[in-house]
Amino acid sequence: MVSVQKVEAVKEALRVPFRMKLEFDYAMGAHAERFFHALRDHARILGVKCPACKRVYVPPRPVCGICFVETRDWGEVSDEGTLVGCTVVDLPFIDPMTGERRPVPYGFAIIRLDGADTAMYHFLEETDPKRMYVGQRVKAVFREQRTGSLQDILHFRAVQG
Amino acid sequence: MAERVAIVATGQTRHTAKRLDVNLRELITEAVTRALEDADLRIQDIDAVFLGNMEPFEGFMFPELWSVEGWGGYGKPAIKFNTGGTVGTTTTMAAYYYLAAGLYETVLAIGFEKQSEGHTQAAITTVGDPIWERTMMAGAVGNFAVMASTYVHESGVTPEQAAKVAVKARRNACNNEYAHLQMPNITVEEVMQSQMLAHPIRKLDMCPQSDGAVAMVLASEAKAKKLASRPAWIKAVATAHEQQYMGDSPKRLAIMRSQVTASQKVYKAAGIANPRKDLDVAEIYEVATYAEMAMYENLGFCERGQGGVLIDQGVTSMEGELPVNPSGGVLSANPIGATAMIRVAEAALQVMGKAGKRQVPNVHTALATGYGGNAWTDALILSSR
Repeated sequence: MVSVQKVEAVKEALRVPFRMKLEFDYAMGAHAERFFHALRDHARILGVKCPACKRVYVPPRPVCGICFVETRDWGEVSDEGTLVGCTVVDLPFIDPMTGERRPVPYGFAIIRLDGADTAMYHFLEETDPKRMYVGQRVKAVFREQRTGSLQDILHFRAVQG
Repeated sequence: MAERVAIVATGQTRHTAKRLDVNLRELITEAVTRALEDADLRIQDIDAVFLGNMEPFEGFMFPELWSVEGWGGYGKPAIKFNTGGTVGTTTTMAAYYYLAAGLYETVLAIGFEKQSEGHTQAAITTVGDPIWERTMMAGAVGNFAVMASTYVHESGVTPEQAAKVAVKARRNACNNEYAHLQMPNITVEEVMQSQMLAHPIRKLDMCPQSDGAVAMVLASEAKAKKLASRPAWIKAVATAHEQQYMGDSPKRLAIMRSQVTASQKVYKAAGIANPRKDLDVAEIYEVATYAEMAMYENLGFCERGQGGVLIDQGVTSMEGELPVNPSGGVLSANPIGATAMIRVAEAALQVMGKAGKRQVPNVHTALATGYGGNAWTDALILSSR
């Protein structure tokens, strides 16, 4: 049997540093590519509908996760929606996309766009938690220069409901 | 027909922020040795070893390779699991499946994590989809904060009620020699004035990052009766998954679909009609104060919207009708790869009557849950009979 008896306890707690810079490049797949072509080239947001349960998915996907049937019908959803959840992040944090520390505070929310049944993550322009709430109406602010990523939407801005 | 299976022994390390005196393998050995001693077994008596952690945290591609001698794996069948926060319950349930199928008589199950060696929050963000989610994510804290806002909106729970959950956890932890955060003098005011991490979650609303390991010996019926005077029988297990993206579930934490599904399954299988009355204790994977109250509702301990009332009335305190997390819970120790198995081990200790100062009197039926992935749930019912 193994034993935990030690000859002596550690005195210095020596450690070995290991620094590794990893870079990844992810393929988006056909559904995301179609979404981002519309976003980049026309500032439009697309969803895809399940033919069985009629849910409209944003992000779009090839198969409805609940019905397990192929989604087929594409359509534009609104660039306005409602906050399902929201926060202001104050904790200093390493951005995994860049490896750099992300500036805080920043507004972060789950947003359901009008015409969609699912919601998605994005940034909020607002950084005061007292001025954001579940149910608040927001609208996408598109970047002038768009490259084909979710960051083609700069953030969401509160609008009058 | 499945064989009956029981947990007969457990072993834990003292979970803490930094175990600089041991490496990963030695940390595992501590927990394994304690579990074997608890069962009065030698490693030669173990048929197979199942283990798991969160590999990106420490940067070990094959943690089982780097630690194999630390858990006596040479020459044995061994399987590593990697299911995120649920890994400890997944590993337990896999051991259960093998034993229930009659393939082994004794299985050693291990969960471990040494968070001090890596970059937990950056690694946890890679849980998110790189196309749709990662850019916005802020580790576990940001995710729980947006989910908590929905729950606050649905239920009306207050920061004060959340703070009471934090106080309950850290005071319970004082009775647990393995807990990381033991705070006998913590107050509601202190929690409500602690550093804001992501609204509404403050530092003391959130679990710590811990180094720690846990091991359990599981056995078939005949073996279990020889190895323990009062084994913790596994009456039911269930897993339920969510859809793919963080915004797919309509209310996510407030109505955690996977938790409702998994808990209803194990309640039905174990003949539990009223969980608040029929359960004697629960060890749940709560992560944050607001999550614990939401989970009261998801697990059927109260009606929808009553999670805050439950904490106000002390129903889930040590003296209450259904004590939740006598160990101090995840809020008091979170070595993630071990955390879900710690819930099971603590529930088993309660059923076996071996929980020491944190023992709830007369425990016959206990619930343990795991939480991980994109709001996935594992649930287990343990019983003295």
